Amino acid sequence: MSSVAQAKAPSRPPTVKRGSQKDRERQTAIWLIIPTIVILALVIGYPIVTAIIESFQKDPGLDPSTGMFNQGGFAGFANYSHFLAQQCGTVTCPPGTNGAAFWTSVGNTFLFTVATVVLETVLGVWMAIIMNRSFRGRAWVRASVLVPWAIPTAVTAKLMLFMFATYGIVNVVLQQQILWLSDPAAARIAIIVSDVWKTTPFMALLILAGLQIIPDEIYEAARVDGASTTQQFFRITLPLIKPALMVAVLFRTLDALRMYDLPAILTGGGPGISTTTLSMLVVSQIRQGFNAAAALSTLTFIIIFLVAFVFVRFLGANVVATQSATKKGEA
Amino acid sequence: MKKITITAIGGLALAALALSGCSGGSSGGSGSDNGRGPITFVQGKDNSNIIATLAAQWNKLHPDQKVTVKQQSDKADQQHDDLVQHFQAKSTDYDVVTTDVIWTAEFAAKGWLTPLEGSLKLDTSNLLPATVKTATYQGKLYGGPYASDGGILYYRSDLLKTPPKTWDELMADCSIAKRAHIKCYAGQFAQYEGLTVNFAESVNGAGGEIVKSDGKTPNLETPQALAGLNQLVTGFKDGDIPAENKTFQEEQGRQAFEAGQYLFMRNWPYAYSLAKTDSTSKVKNTVAIAPLVTNSSLGGHNLAISAYSKHKATALDFIKFMESPAVQKQIVLKASLSPVIASLYDDPALVKAAPYLPVLKESILKAVPRPVTPFYPAVTQAIQENAFQAISGTVAPDQALKNMQAAIMSAGSGN
Repeated sequence: MSSVAQAKAPSRPPTVKRGSQKDRERQTAIWLIIPTIVILALVIGYPIVTAIIESFQKDPGLDPSTGMFNQGGFAGFANYSHFLAQQCGTVTCPPGTNGAAFWTSVGNTFLFTVATVVLETVLGVWMAIIMNRSFRGRAWVRASVLVPWAIPTAVTAKLMLFMFATYGIVNVVLQQQILWLSDPAAARIAIIVSDVWKTTPFMALLILAGLQIIPDEIYEAARVDGASTTQQFFRITLPLIKPALMVAVLFRTLDALRMYDLPAILTGGGPGISTTTLSMLVVSQIRQGFNAAAALSTLTFIIIFLVAFVFVRFLGANVVATQSATKKGEA
Repeated sequence: MKKITITAIGGLALAALALSGCSGGSSGGSGSDNGRGPITFVQGKDNSNIIATLAAQWNKLHPDQKVTVKQQSDKADQQHDDLVQHFQAKSTDYDVVTTDVIWTAEFAAKGWLTPLEGSLKLDTSNLLPATVKTATYQGKLYGGPYASDGGILYYRSDLLKTPPKTWDELMADCSIAKRAHIKCYAGQFAQYEGLTVNFAESVNGAGGEIVKSDGKTPNLETPQALAGLNQLVTGFKDGDIPAENKTFQEEQGRQAFEAGQYLFMRNWPYAYSLAKTDSTSKVKNTVAIAPLVTNSSLGGHNLAISAYSKHKATALDFIKFMESPAVQKQIVLKASLSPVIASLYDDPALVKAAPYLPVLKESILKAVPRPVTPFYPAVTQAIQENAFQAISGTVAPDQALKNMQAAIMSAGSGN
């Protein structure tokens, strides 16, 4: 802000805007923003608020005399304790219910997120560095790298379903008879592999954008100073692509926390509940009780929001520091 | 200025909210007795291309009460969700809907289906009793059975002369499979609705039941139910049911059987014509069928009238049309579906075209429906997850049944 004012000062004499002109500008600004705010409020705010309100209502119960459903009443926090504390009425939720599956699916979601994001970051950086070099046919490499990302997830999941089938190509190549889809650990590996295959191009492209900003002179200077390739990578490349890398990691983490279509089509929730993610649990709960599903989706929203919040604070601090560090001339 | 801003934002938001609240359907009329007019018929994807012909036949007979066919996805879950969305919005767009037999209780209990009584009475005397039961909830009929389905036992006639009549005989016949160096028994044991079907068949076949006759109270902690589950658990443990069955839905088992890898297969009747006509089938001349050794679970579809339909009399006539012998014959010949009229199973022309009909009739006569409960999604999830743990050997069978019972109880009590 202050720099803008300093830039303006030499060009024209400082004028004090009249009150009405400032007001008019502000009013124009507000009128221009109103449509967006209204749409955001309707599309984002209204469903969230409705879900929260509905989550405090009970699901319709069965009237034993007529066999028909009648409206449930106010439920307080019962829908939340159903999932968080595994309370199914008065007993602990038995295996086979959605309540019992909550913490496992939280664990599954975080496991998939951490595993896929770490693998995709490592592979993405590697692929981005390759794509950054100039060589013949680079455009073809860049285009072909995008293919897995371009295929719709549902199609990928079906492809992987055939590949990981008992008599599928994966078992043939590995010369094993691994039951990918009915062994818990193997099913998780199948999901992680499918997701990494599908989304590494996305990471690679975002990181490539960050790589292309780094000027070549820095590497020349480093070579002149006698830095080895490894030193160049860790001391120059990584710190300079950190902003782009952090953005890519943030996007991927939020995406992975919402993972639904890949496990739903590939394993259907997996053997038992070993590959059920939070989103899958919500969809399954919608068919069984809408109000409990509203509570579950609110919980999912809170979890993802917390993760995003942590990231942005972490991200935000790093971005500012790196930019100011670059300005001060640090390599 | 601030007041104007707040009022402006509030006004715009309210206007947009009001506009978005306009849904497609108006609140449903009561559907008077002379509710006649054009109707919409909803069914899942028509893989056999038959409904267009049937709709044309109806439209020729009733030019002022034309039927429009709407086809949904071919996945049962998506068909279910589509119907739920329209019912919840009280949409008058859907008149006659095709419901899977396991959805009747849920839709009826939510008041979304019109009971077929009084002026909308449907005569079910010539229909298979088991199919009529699937359309009944709390003593009232909520739909007309349209197509049935039951499981049948496929076996290799070159290796086995007489099919087994009990599960123990079937397991004893596995020695023949071992001698021929092929696997013994294939069923549907992946964690999906097929597992509920196979599990129910074993439990019912052993004399147990999943729920009591009220359709809601679980009754799994009985020695008979445990015996039924143990049949499957032991089969997996001994390898008579190979472990790969845990990844099998209908198609995987059918392909493995057609490749000659199995002695026995439990599947629906559709697999018969495929086994006989598929170019890659190695069992064209050696596939034979027999009634299940257990009590088959009942599949099939019913036609129901939406509670929000405006032309219920026409809808009822359409249901009667679809249940007429002429139409039922067509669905057997063209779509390989199983008819709901009892006498058609003995019709010589049909039997020639669909040789599985007599065997299927035996299966359906002994069939036991899956639990008739409005909480079916929760109940089937309870069964699937715990049965899968039991056949994987991670949970002891009696503990699995105990968990299943508790989970079904908690489902029925509405959490």
